[in-house]
Amino acid sequence: MTNQDQDYISYYRTMVTIRKFETLAGELFAAARIPGFIHLSIGQEASAVGVCSCLRKDDYLTTTHRGHGHMIAKGADLKKMVAEIFGKKTGYCKGKGGSMHIADFSLGILGANGVVAGGLPIVTGAGVSIKMRKTDQVGVCFFGDGAANRGTVHEAMNMASIWKLPIVFVIENNHYASTTPQNYACSVNDIYSRSASYNIPGTAVDGNNFLKVREVTLKAVQRARKGEGPSVIENKTYRFRGHFEGDPQKYRTESEVDAWKNKNDPVKRFADYLARKKILTKELNQQIWHEVETELKKAVAFAEQSPYPEPQEALDDLFTIPSC
Amino acid sequence: MSDRILSCSAALAEALHEEMSRDETIFILGEDLTAHAGIFGQFKGLPENFPGRIIDTPISETAILGVGLGSALTGMRPFVDLHFSDFVTCCMDELANQTAKIRYMFGGQVNIPMVIWCPDGGGLRAAAQHSQSLEAWFIHTPGLKVVVPSEPADVKGLIKSAIRDDDPVMVFQHKKLFARQGAVPENDFTIPLGRAAIKLEGKDVTLLSYGSGFYLCEEAVKGLGHLNIDAEVVDLRTLKPLDMDTVARSIKKTHRAVIVHEACLTGGFGAELTARIQDELFDYLDAPVKRVAAKDVPIPFSPPLEDYVLPKVSDVVEAARAVTYR
Repeated sequence: MTNQDQDYISYYRTMVTIRKFETLAGELFAAARIPGFIHLSIGQEASAVGVCSCLRKDDYLTTTHRGHGHMIAKGADLKKMVAEIFGKKTGYCKGKGGSMHIADFSLGILGANGVVAGGLPIVTGAGVSIKMRKTDQVGVCFFGDGAANRGTVHEAMNMASIWKLPIVFVIENNHYASTTPQNYACSVNDIYSRSASYNIPGTAVDGNNFLKVREVTLKAVQRARKGEGPSVIENKTYRFRGHFEGDPQKYRTESEVDAWKNKNDPVKRFADYLARKKILTKELNQQIWHEVETELKKAVAFAEQSPYPEPQEALDDLFTIPSC
Repeated sequence: MSDRILSCSAALAEALHEEMSRDETIFILGEDLTAHAGIFGQFKGLPENFPGRIIDTPISETAILGVGLGSALTGMRPFVDLHFSDFVTCCMDELANQTAKIRYMFGGQVNIPMVIWCPDGGGLRAAAQHSQSLEAWFIHTPGLKVVVPSEPADVKGLIKSAIRDDDPVMVFQHKKLFARQGAVPENDFTIPLGRAAIKLEGKDVTLLSYGSGFYLCEEAVKGLGHLNIDAEVVDLRTLKPLDMDTVARSIKKTHRAVIVHEACLTGGFGAELTARIQDELFDYLDAPVKRVAAKDVPIPFSPPLEDYVLPKVSDVVEAARAVTYR
């Protein structure tokens, strides 16, 4: 196997990890073992891994309420993620954040965000910081077709452009902002085309084609690293699950969902490609799924065995000096 | 070392100059900063001395606050100038949902060393959208510290502490007080956040105030003296964290309290402080706590209207008379 083949297998494994993680999270939620509510990214794995495969550990990332996949793709610890989603003390945020608010600053993950489009001004700040500190880091911001309609996007993109910040804005267009179809809520079909008004190069990609996403992102990341400024990428994709687990999904038809699942599954598409190139054998594929499942079972067991925080820990972590 | 007379603006600029010389991660971000060294001239000398570290932004408050936050999360110490505190409404998500919550909701993984500098207050005939005193909104948002200096020395000492603090600090500095002068020590001093000052000692009534309210109290003390009422003036200086020990020390001496602020009455900081006083110091009180504040309307434009709405020295005198039953 060539080095590239090994990398491809590694990316594929990450996509499988996201798929299994999200599937398991959905099952655990249905079994009432996860408090609150969760948003799954099944169907959007190629976007997460395609983009993050182009990043270094010290590059920055902001993600969304649908952020599990991005976190995993940036290298997050599965045990700490599951524990956080369970509300346990051993979770990434000691149980204070939950599914929508996971972060790992040691990996440059500046946080998932419960506010739609919340990440754009933050990543713009990371871009300013990179420029002032004169490093060659890059900031990536994932946001959805729904977020694209917030005024925040306008302010952040304009600023990123005038200051030539090292940022890649990644629109994950999964065609529905909660219940609202993109073709109703967006003034344009191709959201990336709005980047022209900020003088930022933009492009749309088949977001379920891992290799295409990676190819386009690599160029944007290189451009940012060289100090040539921001880019906009629109990954056209689809979420296989509802907006949240339990979503009755009256805004779309079953046949529409089935068509994407059956004909445009990003994990299967990459597996088929790797099989055609004789990089992924049936045995290796089975082995990967099995290994991922074992790892996730360990993560769930870790989370289940972990204690809840003590109630009074609710008063910790607000300020650097607790008494304030 | 001797004190010099400086304006509040000069004290701010000096604090920034000293801090920016000390730590190169500090930078200033906001609208219209370099052309006139800030719209009030408050950053005099800084653009020339720190090129590239005073960044003019587009009119994009959401992104300004977000950029401050994002840079603070990644190794910088931003000083964000909000132009007018009223414009904080344009970046409330970045402030209240992001800046105030990120440290907590991510389990203390990261610090946010950011100052949000908010020129506030009325009296300049600037009308409803350029005259507000909004500090109480942020007292009510866990995760933010709130500082409201009055005299130039407080401005310098508190700004320096705010910049050195590893948490987000909102500093409300009254626009009408920028030119106000006072003695400022020459040495490199700081005033810790959360420490009030008893600025005038008295034994009959405690006047609790901050920002422009301090000057109303200082003026009122003279009138009260003619009435043989010996008032003590406590400048709270920091509202969060609050120096309740100093408040208690004074009230245990005077047994009477008047709270004075320029922000409107209902839900203002005076309401919170009154609640704490009755809860913690009830047995020491000889009279109900009185509040002096602006009337509950937006700040109007026309001078007789604005003057009527804002609290006056005579209001403080009347309130002090009421609680001392004289």
